[in-house]
Amino acid sequence: MKAFTYQRATSPADAAAAVAAIPGARFIAGGTNLLDLMKLRIETPGHLVDINHVGLDRIEPTSAGGLRIGALVRNTDLAADTRVRRDYAVLSRALLAGASAQLRNKATTAGNLLQRTRCHYFYDTTKPCNKRVPGSGCAALGGINRNLAVLGTSDQCIATHPSDMAVAMRALDASIETVAPDGTARAIPIADFHLLPGKTPEIETALQPGELITGVVLPAPLGGRHVYRKVRDRASYAFAVVSVAAVLAPGRTRLAFGGLAPRPWRVEAGESEAGRGGAAVAEVVLAGAKPSEQNRFKLPLVQRLLTSVLADS
Amino acid sequence: MPMTRREAIAVGGAAVATATAAGATPQQEPVLVEVTLRVNGRARPLRIDPRVTLLDALREHLHLTGTKKGCDHGQCGACTVTVEGRRINACLSLAVMHDGDSVVTIEGLGHPGKLHPMQAAFVAHDGFQCGYCTPGQICSAIAMLDEIKAGIPSHVTADLMQVGFSDDEVRERMSGNICRCAAYPNIVAAIRDVHGDAGSERS
Repeated sequence: MKAFTYQRATSPADAAAAVAAIPGARFIAGGTNLLDLMKLRIETPGHLVDINHVGLDRIEPTSAGGLRIGALVRNTDLAADTRVRRDYAVLSRALLAGASAQLRNKATTAGNLLQRTRCHYFYDTTKPCNKRVPGSGCAALGGINRNLAVLGTSDQCIATHPSDMAVAMRALDASIETVAPDGTARAIPIADFHLLPGKTPEIETALQPGELITGVVLPAPLGGRHVYRKVRDRASYAFAVVSVAAVLAPGRTRLAFGGLAPRPWRVEAGESEAGRGGAAVAEVVLAGAKPSEQNRFKLPLVQRLLTSVLADS
Repeated sequence: MPMTRREAIAVGGAAVATATAAGATPQQEPVLVEVTLRVNGRARPLRIDPRVTLLDALREHLHLTGTKKGCDHGQCGACTVTVEGRRINACLSLAVMHDGDSVVTIEGLGHPGKLHPMQAAFVAHDGFQCGYCTPGQICSAIAMLDEIKAGIPSHVTADLMQVGFSDDEVRERMSGNICRCAAYPNIVAAIRDVHGDAGSERS
């Protein structure tokens, strides 16, 4: 790891101000992704602001009948919360489908949203990667791209966003609350939070420098049946090849996808086709898909996954 | 006087720690920080580079070499310890982030002649071959049973509101601990045994 200095922040505003004031500073919470990347020198912050002691670790009801999840609520605690299990089961299921128990005990809600891609070429510092070193090229385009994105890509980057949790939050229309270094608070709809790569794959979210996620708000429960179906290369502890978060209520279907794109992928127009079956939905969701040589199989896989999930409803 | 393997590791560990501190940043001297970990019930003050992971603090600075370094990237689970009662990968956490925290390692669970029931069950069921992943497996297994008792669901829990013990639950919940020797069936048997004994004590 590159040498860094360290401080413990005592409040969210304090943390945001500290990161904004010191060039190369980063927040650290669970650390399960950041430290991994620091050991590989993919991330090289010169200063770490530890936000584990700033509060933001509770799940509270909102006046709109939803829930506000503190940024530092651990993945284990979010998945196990009785209200989440009962009213937002798709979120519990998505969390439990990700990582290992040890990682979920540490990983936070905000950190999960901000985790970096697991594209092999992002991790391999001997290969070009526009996300890691802007302008260096993309080794994935002609490389091992079986597990990479088929939607929302650019000629600069075909990485996927690896989160399961964010896919469920996209289906639930969550909103991400932040505080800026000057103390200004704002809410970003999850649909606008993760950015497509375009010509700047190194810019992954709508956050401004020093802006800190304080929580995630879930709207009032939708009811219906909640499903998170994840296809992966082994039964546990693996990233999604393709996943779907589904909320299935009479006359109202929500579907968001993981493993397909640089952000949780949702095409609302496809949801109204749910009554016509998986193929009809897949046709709308996959419109404009640009598979690479090795991941063309994801397209029929999405259709089969949808057929299976909708048939069970 | 001949050295035991453990003493040799302890001396080697000190040498490595010195080399790391001296050689890591030729451009600048790292700013050392004071940290006190509460390890196996004992306060252990340390003066360390902030880069030192909890795993390296335990192994290289406190010479508690029971906790193993496998992948050092949170993929294998060999470094599993409990911090404030929860199992984590010690390799993916900085020691400085755990100032004042209680850490329990394999050394804090039991020792020859007075084994923790999970340690005894791993011996009784041959829950290992080479033994390298075993400290992590045992720490993980104990915390895992506590998680079931606390009602935390898993990926294979059919009804999220009804959390219980089964072999499938154990396999899913222990998936963060890889065993290169594939002692998995015997690990499951050892955990099942400990769960059964604890269950009969409770009833």
